[in-house]
Amino acid sequence: MKSIIQIKNFNFFYGESQALHDVTLDFNENQISALIGPSGCGKTTLLRCINRMNDLIDDTRSEGNITIHEKNIYLAEVDPVEVRRKVGMVFQKPNPFPKTIWDNIVWGAKINGYTGNLEELVESTLTRTALWDEVKDKLHTNALFLSGGQQQRLCIARAIAIKPDVILMDEPTSALDPVATARIESLITELKKRYSIVIVTHNMQQAGRISDCTSFLLNGVVVEHGRTKEIFLNPKEKKTEEYISGEFG
Amino acid sequence: MERITSHSSKHSEDINKALQWQPKPLRTRKRNETIMRTLMLIALYCTISFLFILAGSIINNAFGYVLFTYEIHPTEFSQGGEINELSHAKKIAILKENLRERVYITLDRKKPMEKRSSQDLSAIIFSRVLKASVLEAYSLFESLFQRGQLIENALTYPNADLIFRSWISPRFIRGEQSTNPLESGIWGAITGSVGVILVTILFSFPLGIGTAVYLCEYMPRSRWKNLLQINIYNLSGVPSIIYGLLGLVVFVRVFLPITSGQLFGFTSGAATDSGRTILSAGLTLTLLILPVIVINTQEAILSVPTYIKQASYGLGATKWQTVWHHIIPYCIGRILTGTILSVSRAIGETAPLVVVGASTFLTIVPNSIFSKYTTLPIQIYQWSARPQQEFQNLAAGAILVLLTIMLTLNFIAIMYRKRVQKKLARL
Repeated sequence: MKSIIQIKNFNFFYGESQALHDVTLDFNENQISALIGPSGCGKTTLLRCINRMNDLIDDTRSEGNITIHEKNIYLAEVDPVEVRRKVGMVFQKPNPFPKTIWDNIVWGAKINGYTGNLEELVESTLTRTALWDEVKDKLHTNALFLSGGQQQRLCIARAIAIKPDVILMDEPTSALDPVATARIESLITELKKRYSIVIVTHNMQQAGRISDCTSFLLNGVVVEHGRTKEIFLNPKEKKTEEYISGEFG
Repeated sequence: MERITSHSSKHSEDINKALQWQPKPLRTRKRNETIMRTLMLIALYCTISFLFILAGSIINNAFGYVLFTYEIHPTEFSQGGEINELSHAKKIAILKENLRERVYITLDRKKPMEKRSSQDLSAIIFSRVLKASVLEAYSLFESLFQRGQLIENALTYPNADLIFRSWISPRFIRGEQSTNPLESGIWGAITGSVGVILVTILFSFPLGIGTAVYLCEYMPRSRWKNLLQINIYNLSGVPSIIYGLLGLVVFVRVFLPITSGQLFGFTSGAATDSGRTILSAGLTLTLLILPVIVINTQEAILSVPTYIKQASYGLGATKWQTVWHHIIPYCIGRILTGTILSVSRAIGETAPLVVVGASTFLTIVPNSIFSKYTTLPIQIYQWSARPQQEFQNLAAGAILVLLTIMLTLNFIAIMYRKRVQKKLARL
């Protein structure tokens, strides 16, 4: 299994307060890696460091390296905009643009210089996200008319339209009902054939169901990292065991 | 868990006491509500009635009976009928016969007699041939309710006519300024106002919106930025006459070659050699409304939900692509409403324009941004400062025109906002 993202001795600060302490992690290609941990443990912060979204927040600072495909994305000469093109992101709350379904998908590709056939792009991304049959007749209606689950799948479609290597997902199903959640989960499992996925989740069962490896964070520190099965069935650390069995969190 | 139990046992009595409170009877709470609601209703009706009084007093002055006296009575020309009923040719003949040659030629050169409207000709006959002058002008209220008394009063003057006159008329709107209130019009002032406001819009929109976007999206948080923000807020409260003084020094004096148009070779026609031009006035008003536009646009930009920005950045968009494709389209309705409202405030500004040198009497209609100018508020101010009733009537007419322009602008702003809101209603 080839490693795609390496996080090495990574520290992250919001002003004076340190959110991540010396994080060192490896994520593999074509796998689903889950980040779990109680609220405020830094898992979303870590996720947003992988595509440098945290650069948009004033008064933040980071130390250490994150390499993707052996390229350090925290070098001074690396433009975060270029990083985000290669590392797509899906957010907690479905956030399609208040535009048509069509525009939602083609916009990201267009601004990144896609010159190919737009119809093919729309059809292939929507097919890959299992949305094509549901929306093919209303591509030019506003995306906000879709249901929450459909909106989230559209956001995933929008993310893969820019041809990323990695897709980051920040609790993508926390705002959805169980049926929509199940559909997204099966979609994510399908997507890992082509993309490497890092997913933050609050839902222990979800991490257990879909991820290949899992990292448990607590107060900005990686407590344990390993294959999901091992973490869930026989965790090495006591804290991990307590968290997974629901004793705190 | 343990901590919570120990905590509650320690204070259990106090806590139980706290939970035995008696809710206030609903009746007293409702009574307070009734009092407040009544007060708010009174406030609402006060505001509305003041607006009606304002509108009423303007309209009251804009229409009404006028008691004319003539040096030559109209019947001498019209054989018992009305001057208005004469034919076009007949009117021209009267003018040719009775005006001094030079006056006739001047009028003809300004606009050929044949092309002038019939009403226009009547008005010239009225004021120049018959030498009509206003003995008394009455308000609409007096004209409607004290008509008998007015007629009685008119009979005491020999050679006088009581005629109902609308001070606002096509001739008034299209006419040029004149010392004679019966001939005077406001076309020059309307053109001046429109010119000044176009210059203001041209400069204030891009400058204001650009500043706001830079401050909100590009400038990193720093002490310098805070200082700028505070200053912009303070500037929005600076009295307008002070902007006038600034405009006088900067645009009229320092930038004279530019604002007078000399640099671009504009010296003929209505252009002026001084910097007292439409351009200077527009730039001064730009300074005046710029802080308000910046503040309003910043607020509009801050109202854009973060999730839209994040979605855009997450797709590898640059800042400018995010601003241009998502932030501005999302809040353009709010930006424009605020901007148009401040522009309509600028239309009504008088004080700074007095300082930067709007002409008080101008018979030439401005033809470029380097022309001398006067504006509607200046014109209204000039007229309302005169003691004669007929000038008050002219002022009322000009106010009606000014208000119409402002209301039209506001109406456009509201309609635009509604349209944008409808688009975003699905959010």
